[in-house]
Amino acid sequence: MLEQPSLSYIKELSGGDTEFELKIITVIKKEFPLEKAIYFKNLKEKKYKEVAEIVHKLKHKISILDLEKSYEVAIEYENNLNSCNTILKEEFESVLLNMTNFLNTI
Amino acid sequence: MTSIIIDDEETARAILGKLCSDIQSLDVIEEFSNAMDAIKFLNKNEIDLIFLDIHMPDFTGFDFIQTLKSPPKIILTTSDKNFAIEAFEYDCIVDYLVKPLTMARFTKAVSKAEVFNVDIEPVEESTAGASPSSKAASQINVSAEKELFVNIDRRLIKIDISSIKLIEAKGDYILLKTDTQNYTVHSTLKKIVEKLPDAQFLKVHRSYVINTGKIIDIEDNSVLIGRDVIPVSRSNRPELMRRLNLL
Repeated sequence: MLEQPSLSYIKELSGGDTEFELKIITVIKKEFPLEKAIYFKNLKEKKYKEVAEIVHKLKHKISILDLEKSYEVAIEYENNLNSCNTILKEEFESVLLNMTNFLNTI
Repeated sequence: MTSIIIDDEETARAILGKLCSDIQSLDVIEEFSNAMDAIKFLNKNEIDLIFLDIHMPDFTGFDFIQTLKSPPKIILTTSDKNFAIEAFEYDCIVDYLVKPLTMARFTKAVSKAEVFNVDIEPVEESTAGASPSSKAASQINVSAEKELFVNIDRRLIKIDISSIKLIEAKGDYILLKTDTQNYTVHSTLKKIVEKLPDAQFLKVHRSYVINTGKIIDIEDNSVLIGRDVIPVSRSNRPELMRRLNLL
């Protein structure tokens, strides 16, 4: 079963500062689609080193949304990509879809 | 403590900014999305502490530290635990924080920074380039050469060596910038250095070789070539200075 993203980390970090919560969510909603686009572009062009780099960057957002198991998938996928291996591609992309759907609801 | 944040990810900068704002003793002066802008800032400003992301495109946090003459205290931030051992090789590194950052761990790192003294012993680069003997040999082979042929898309393109401004390492490729055009070639810095006249070209950083004749100006730990600001590692700076016709 797919993990459910949450805002617990952001809420804990904010300590009730709703202005910060709004700011960080806005930044994530702005940055995430750009990173996702870079991911798919580089993957299409088989630039695996660059794909690994953007997966590395996306890992942070995965962890911010409390997706622990997905984070482990991303670590392994990044390692695979560094060896020009795309095993776990589908799993990782389902993580991206899960995040996209969640971010569309907040 | 005055501090700056260097991270290519805006989300990470926003989180760090929030954590810093919750600690009274910290004063964040600037935030940077890339290391080069931070180097320019540090050439003109003194600060106490840097929050530095290791994993940035083109120029890693460790590359950045190599360019600093007197590095301030540095707290590394990363999503990767694998760099911890390398981090301990630098005297200026106070702590190593793995993202996502938490307030408790962040506060502990800042407390360490407050009592930390930076030992400014220079850190030598681990990648030293070609040995003197191999460079001398290659120089003899190419001393009469004025041109270099590079293989791009199965075509051999002729490049006038004197037109080369700089060469940048980019993973398995090198970016060769000339007066008129840029070329991306599947090669390494080490290989191309062996084909270039030693007197004219110098490796100033583990990712950069420059044509010293193309330098416009030098500012502490960087050189300006055309519009490119190129970092100079501390270990390579003495050789660069030795080659200059200084007044």
